[in-house]
Amino acid sequence: MHRFANPTRFLKFARPATWVCLSLGLLLLVPGIYGGLFITPPDYLQGDSARILYVHVPAAWLGMAGWSGLAAASIAQIVWRHPLAFVAAQATAPVGAVFAALCLATGSIWGRPTWGTWWEWDGRLTSMLILFFLYLAYIALADADRERGGEGRIAAIFGIAGTAILPVIHYSVLWWNTLHQGQSISFVRGESSIAEELFWPLPLTAGGFTLLFAAAVLMFMRAELARGRVEARLRRQAEGQR
Amino acid sequence: MMRLLLLREARRAWRAGAWLPIAFFLLVAALIPFGVGPDPRVLERIGVGVMWVAAVLAALLPIERLVEPDLADGTIDQLVLRGVSEEWIAASKILGHWLGFGPMLLFATFPATILLGSEGAGLERLLVGLAIGTPALAALSVAVAALTAGLSRAGALAGLLLLPVAIPLLIFGAGEGPSALKFEAATALALLVGSLFVTAAALRAARR
Repeated sequence: MHRFANPTRFLKFARPATWVCLSLGLLLLVPGIYGGLFITPPDYLQGDSARILYVHVPAAWLGMAGWSGLAAASIAQIVWRHPLAFVAAQATAPVGAVFAALCLATGSIWGRPTWGTWWEWDGRLTSMLILFFLYLAYIALADADRERGGEGRIAAIFGIAGTAILPVIHYSVLWWNTLHQGQSISFVRGESSIAEELFWPLPLTAGGFTLLFAAAVLMFMRAELARGRVEARLRRQAEGQR
Repeated sequence: MMRLLLLREARRAWRAGAWLPIAFFLLVAALIPFGVGPDPRVLERIGVGVMWVAAVLAALLPIERLVEPDLADGTIDQLVLRGVSEEWIAASKILGHWLGFGPMLLFATFPATILLGSEGAGLERLLVGLAIGTPALAALSVAVAALTAGLSRAGALAGLLLLPVAIPLLIFGAGEGPSALKFEAATALALLVGSLFVTAAALRAARR
């Protein structure tokens, strides 16, 4: 991690990494989405509407993983004062917010034919909505802090405190008797209750979306670093003219 | 020292218009019948929940005066120089703010429940719920005040920060049944402790 404390060294890594993530992600997504939409048989109960799971599940994972990454970056920012930590956390926030919104939107579209309602105030949905609002709050806080010329320590504190929502989302289907289905896939036990012929595109789309997520974060980070350089150069020029 | 700090915070809360959030709370309670119509059955049905929402919104009002003036005029720097830890400052601020906010809000629920026609069982539930919940609300206000101190648009930002975090408290506080109160107490305790440390960390960060 400390290797990348130098932005130039980080950029040397980030430039090719962006394209690797982007192309590999698309490479995984195309067969995953195609397989999910056209090859797998329709679900015996939900028919074709269950196919949205190949977008919904990765979006939900990434919405939560995004906040975990943001919190990890915030810890690195507070503990080690890593110079890129705030840049990383700030780059993760909008991407995570988009995936959380995607999860809510696809879930809503899925819920309409399956449950007969666009929205239901159950534990999983409510906690995911709170996570989405937390992303917005983080973005606004980080922007305001940067506007003041701060280093984002305030935003980092909020990022760490907001982690409390993650276990609530994870356990919401166990704690409350909810409309949202229970856990189908367990990473820890390596089990899945999804039928095998329906399951295989899911790792592809999950991996693909994860790589796209990483590519977007890297792009945001590079843009932020580039903006910092432009500002520094403009300042130098302005001082030179005086 | 702690007692002095606490007295100072409580006195500041009273002088700076502790009645403002309460008046706001009552006004929101009075607005609802205009919005949904004065049907007593509807009002009784939604009364407790509406007053909880009003209480959460009222917690937003004093945020700008809670921490920012003390940071701006160097009071917090002085206290830290004297060896008072940020955690103690945060605790005194939370307790002092609650003294000016919680009891008044509890008193205000009496007229508010009359306005909304949910006196009786509703009032009892609301009083117990708010008695448990207001310390957490006060702590959240202080934490958000410390996070947004000195930022531009601090008021709008405070709403964005506080409201999502207050949702669990609102769910259990306005919920029915005996287990809802237990959950509310647990949530309130977690929020109280969390806010204390967030406030302290934010004060430390803001002093740099």
